[in-house]
Amino acid sequence: MNNLLEKYNDEVQTILNKYPEDRKRSAVMPLLYVAQREKMYVSQADMAEVAEIIGVSPTEVASIVGFYSLYYDKPGAKFRIQVCTDLPCALRGADEFMEGLCHRLKLDPHHGGTTEDGKVTVEAVMCLAACDKAPMFQLQSGEGIVYHENQTVETAMKLVEELRNTQ
Amino acid sequence: MTYVLYRHRDIPEIDQLDVYLKHGGFEAFKKVVTTMKPEEVVEEVFKSGLRGRGGAGFPTGLKWRFIDKNNWPHYVVANADESEPGTFKDREILERNPFQFYEGMMICAYAVGANAAYNYMRGEFWQLAPTLDAKIAELEKAGLLGDNLFGTNFSMRLYNQLGAGAYICGEETALLESLEGKLGQPRLRPPFPPSFGLFGKPTIVNNVETLANVPMILAKGADWYKTIGTEKSPGPKIFSLSGNVNKPGNYELPLGTTFRELIYEHGGGIPGGRKIKAILPAGASSAIIVADDKALDTPMDYESVPNVGSMLGSASVIVVDESVSMDWLVKKTLHFFKHESCGKCTPCREGTYWMTHIIDRIEAGGEDYEQVKLLYDVARNIEGKCFCALGEFSIQAVVTGIDRFPDDWKAKTKHGQRSQEAIPA
Repeated sequence: MNNLLEKYNDEVQTILNKYPEDRKRSAVMPLLYVAQREKMYVSQADMAEVAEIIGVSPTEVASIVGFYSLYYDKPGAKFRIQVCTDLPCALRGADEFMEGLCHRLKLDPHHGGTTEDGKVTVEAVMCLAACDKAPMFQLQSGEGIVYHENQTVETAMKLVEELRNTQ
Repeated sequence: MTYVLYRHRDIPEIDQLDVYLKHGGFEAFKKVVTTMKPEEVVEEVFKSGLRGRGGAGFPTGLKWRFIDKNNWPHYVVANADESEPGTFKDREILERNPFQFYEGMMICAYAVGANAAYNYMRGEFWQLAPTLDAKIAELEKAGLLGDNLFGTNFSMRLYNQLGAGAYICGEETALLESLEGKLGQPRLRPPFPPSFGLFGKPTIVNNVETLANVPMILAKGADWYKTIGTEKSPGPKIFSLSGNVNKPGNYELPLGTTFRELIYEHGGGIPGGRKIKAILPAGASSAIIVADDKALDTPMDYESVPNVGSMLGSASVIVVDESVSMDWLVKKTLHFFKHESCGKCTPCREGTYWMTHIIDRIEAGGEDYEQVKLLYDVARNIEGKCFCALGEFSIQAVVTGIDRFPDDWKAKTKHGQRSQEAIPA
């Protein structure tokens, strides 16, 4: 039985229809987003299901999960605050923002980490194409990615508190 | 000025189909499909002198001419993987003027005989995807996408695809690999995508901004287009301005506008009355320009920027002021490239790894100047040996940062006798 197919059949078919009949492998990335939606990580069982749908080996799906930074293969926080600290953002105070936010959350100032309740991870990431609106971060959850631009530690803390209060 | 690409700044709600149609939207597409041969469309784009806006500046019409007509089907792929630090221009098109971009893709598809086109966006543009999907559905409903368009035998479909966080997928062959469901690693070129592209079929890969130029060229003609910009670099360009400037943002200006005008007139100059020190005209991949008067008065076009030792690239202008030391800047770019190296070729994978170790030692302070020479040496040994351009990009800031700003490195390291030796070229 393929849980992914069973649960999201319509969505899976819509994705598969985007590609030529004999090129279903192209669906691996959109399908992994579907697989990651509920738990915010892709288990080995999920990878096997994705592999079965597109007709490749689970190892090949695992290699995709490992290569691309927006997929996770281990359970972690439900919400990830990903702060861009690349050059253009850093010239506009992104490092100080990251340190300030981590300080308030008692996390490592440079590498971030996960809050005590396990709900929110703060991490530094590479360029997010919003250099003119730094400091900025994206909030990634199973539901997708939302940009938060022109941030201060205060505005970010307010969001973190909201996230920590959600079930 | 009147906007050619960022028309949403003149016409609010041009992201709505009825508003776009009211302002001449899809008239160029209808005109080409119903009255022009595909070759005529290619020639008009060639005549316009439009050059690829993703960074390489390759003539768009010439690329379209290269499509292999002995191998079918053909595909069009839009490169919306915008990931170069300092580049944030395409997102504004996708968000605010998406139909003009789609129309460009559709005209391109007709011109090169493709019936399917994929828009590959970086995964972080997730928020845009549902809206962009809905706009494709609107186009299908309006009879602008689908089978037998305008009663002709031309049919076409558009699809959006999201990546998942990999800078390398901005390299066109890595993008194609990713779109095929594989690791985003570049292919050996040649063969180039117009002969061997998506699914091994002839494919045109163009940047979002490049495609957004196309409807206006077909609507108003190549001669009109060439009145904007310079002779060899015609047309408007979006300059993403970031870093130490008062008003960072996207500025659509004619190619050939000077750095000085962009930074001081449009960007409002440097904060706190500080002096400008350096310019990275093509994002983190740039050779760093010393921002003297000659550089500031240089026109930003494909021919002129090399005269001051760099490239226009995607025109992601990062401004650096006198408070910044180059060793810190190089640490930032190196950690980016080390993280984003796809791992396929050794010079890039190992080279970026070792360069981050050396720069971290230098940054920690107290190191001998020998470390700077070692860093330079490693960079020079990566040069010209990488599988794709991105490995070569990783050394640009290192080499030019050391060559052109030597004092910053001397200040950061111990001044032993050996530190006085010149860097070997």
